[in-house]
Amino acid sequence: MTESEISIRVSGVTKTFGEGASAFHALSDVSVDIRKNEFFTLLGPSGCGKTTLLRLIAGFDHPTSGRIELDGEDISQLAPFQRPVNTVFQSYALFPHMTVAQNIGFGLEMLDRPKAEVAATVAQMLSLVRMEALADRRTDQISGGQQQRVALARALAPHPKVLLLDEPLSALDYKLRKDMQIELKRLQSETGITFVFVTHDQEEALTMSDRIAVMNQGTILQIGSPREIYDRPEQRFVADFIGDSNFLEAELLTGGASGRLRLGSGHEIEASVPEGMTAPRRVSVSIRPEHAALTSGAEDAALTGTLKEIVYFGTDTHYHVALGSGGSFIVRRQNSRGVTETLEPGAAVGISLGPRSVQVLRD
Amino acid sequence: MHAPKPSVDASHPAPAPARTGALNLADEARKREVRTSWLLSAPALLVLVTAASGPLLIVLVYSFLAAGDYGGVVWSLSGEGWFKVFLSRDIFDDTVGIADAHLTIFWRSVRLSMLTTLICIALGFPTAWFIATRSRESRNVWLFLITIPFWTNLLIRTFAIMEVIRSEGIVNTVLMTAGVIERPIQMMYTDFAILLGMAYVYLPLMVLPLYAAMERLDFRLIEAAYDLYASRWRVLRRIVVPLVKPGLIAGSILVFIPSLGAYVTPRVLGGGKNMMLGNLIELQFGQGRNWPLGAALSLTLLVIVMVALIFYVRIVQKEAASRE
Ligand SMILES: Nc1ncnc2c1ncn2[C@@H]1O[C@H](COP(=O)(O)OP(=O)(O)OP(=O)(O)O)[C@@H](O)[C@H]1O
Ligand SMILES: [Mg+2]
Repeated sequence: MTESEISIRVSGVTKTFGEGASAFHALSDVSVDIRKNEFFTLLGPSGCGKTTLLRLIAGFDHPTSGRIELDGEDISQLAPFQRPVNTVFQSYALFPHMTVAQNIGFGLEMLDRPKAEVAATVAQMLSLVRMEALADRRTDQISGGQQQRVALARALAPHPKVLLLDEPLSALDYKLRKDMQIELKRLQSETGITFVFVTHDQEEALTMSDRIAVMNQGTILQIGSPREIYDRPEQRFVADFIGDSNFLEAELLTGGASGRLRLGSGHEIEASVPEGMTAPRRVSVSIRPEHAALTSGAEDAALTGTLKEIVYFGTDTHYHVALGSGGSFIVRRQNSRGVTETLEPGAAVGISLGPRSVQVLRD
Repeated sequence: MHAPKPSVDASHPAPAPARTGALNLADEARKREVRTSWLLSAPALLVLVTAASGPLLIVLVYSFLAAGDYGGVVWSLSGEGWFKVFLSRDIFDDTVGIADAHLTIFWRSVRLSMLTTLICIALGFPTAWFIATRSRESRNVWLFLITIPFWTNLLIRTFAIMEVIRSEGIVNTVLMTAGVIERPIQMMYTDFAILLGMAYVYLPLMVLPLYAAMERLDFRLIEAAYDLYASRWRVLRRIVVPLVKPGLIAGSILVFIPSLGAYVTPRVLGGGKNMMLGNLIELQFGQGRNWPLGAALSLTLLVIVMVALIFYVRIVQKEAASRE
């Protein structure tokens, strides 16, 4: 990533609320580079500091320490109205005393753009979010999903360099959320604007993002593409928060990008190792349930155990296995028609692991 | 203020012209409900109507009667009371002219009341904002402090102001001791003194409704406006003022009406020269011994209040409408 590709650079930002004994670190030493025209997602559990980080970028709050740059310029101390950054608020925050069109035109009007230009952009935005018919409605006379689209149009109209979206889809029902997800991706590619998107919905994050930053307790644990985050989670929290995972104890024999590992069963296997981890040492590893398969015999199985339970999920089936070396393990198999279930609970089974299915964790 | 737009009404289908029996029944029930609610509120209405319109009716009747020699009224129809509100007859040659003295007092009353309202807005708006932006617990403390002046009698509060601004009062003494001025500044018995007194007395009536409106304000809207490049001044004008407008109107009404009829404050701080309408009316019922004129003046005051209010509400609403 070269300097000129970076839109937002957050470096060493700490945000502390309160003072003395009651001080609370909402963000501790957070650093992240967000690329231009990237769909960047902040993902994490409630209270981890996502909104706080967004508010610092928007300028509603100022960092206790550290700096925030936009296109190479320090903006940490600028007021919100001095930053070419707009926000789609979690609560929409539409102006109740204005119509839909007036809401959308507000930003341009505040920038003192000519009336004709404001009108033209508002019309364009209305058609972009498909709200032409409701342009003259008051914002308390439209549905939640429509309000959400107005909030989006209002934030997009001044054509900011960066658009911040704080869980904009959380209030929508499933179907509308799916539609809006597609809509958002379309807007992002059409406008060329950098999107910083906050969610605690992992599926939403995985399907929409170019890159994801997983946060917990005021820190960023891992940044990467959805595939990297899912396939190669470097920390237990990340593996646990996104998708399901099996956690095992193991012995790391050799380090490097793909090291060798000895599992509790004694089986040796190749594994991806986080950068800079030295061997030999005891480590935790994460294995996704769908990256493992059941074998009926024990030969060339990485792990062995007894089948405890079979849970049918429609699209797939979960097999709960009690491992011979202690602990439990879940294997997931996609269902297909015509395949009958041959296994019974109580059967002795082996578990085979595909290449690169084992991820070594840092903690 | 938030009258539903016709577009909303359009979404409700108009009742079908041919009414069904069920609809008729529902209509009947609704009518009965309305009748019951009228019956239930009848006693309260009766008290309200008699208490409000009774005295008004008496004043109206008195204004068309002749004045008694020692006060009171003589029961004979006369236009003299109303005549004297606006016109005066020369005592020597009986020529009729405009009652300049009265018009001056009308104008002073309206002017001072408007100024008082403006001062109260100027002081009350930031005060209410300050309170509304404190933490929940300290808000109550501030509100409590705001209401403290109400605990004391109006007369005592007015005399307290007099103590501050009279020639030998606190302000003049301090300024003279400090050598800023050589002779005391004449502040008593001026319009300034009346304004000061009225603004002091009526300020809480502006702060409280404004605070109530601001407390309900969604501060996220202000952040949203900041985010959309509105400067602080524009946030105030475009977001805060329109949203607290009901409080602003209520406060203005609460300040303007009693200011216009103020009696104690102009009497104590304005002296006999700087009369306001309230004092003029009192004069007619007291020394002037002209009750019909007093009654006519009272009704004039009522009309001025109503006209002023209608204008004010119109202007505020039009301004809001033109901005939207
Ligand atoms: N103004 C404040 N004063 C004190 N603490 C605050 C303040 N704002 C946020 N916090 C705390 O900082 C932490 C992070 O809050 P933040 O709003 O960023 O969480 P979030 O990740 O957006 O959570 P959610 O998903 O629930 O919106 C929380 O524990 C919160 O209580
Ligand atoms: Mg949040």
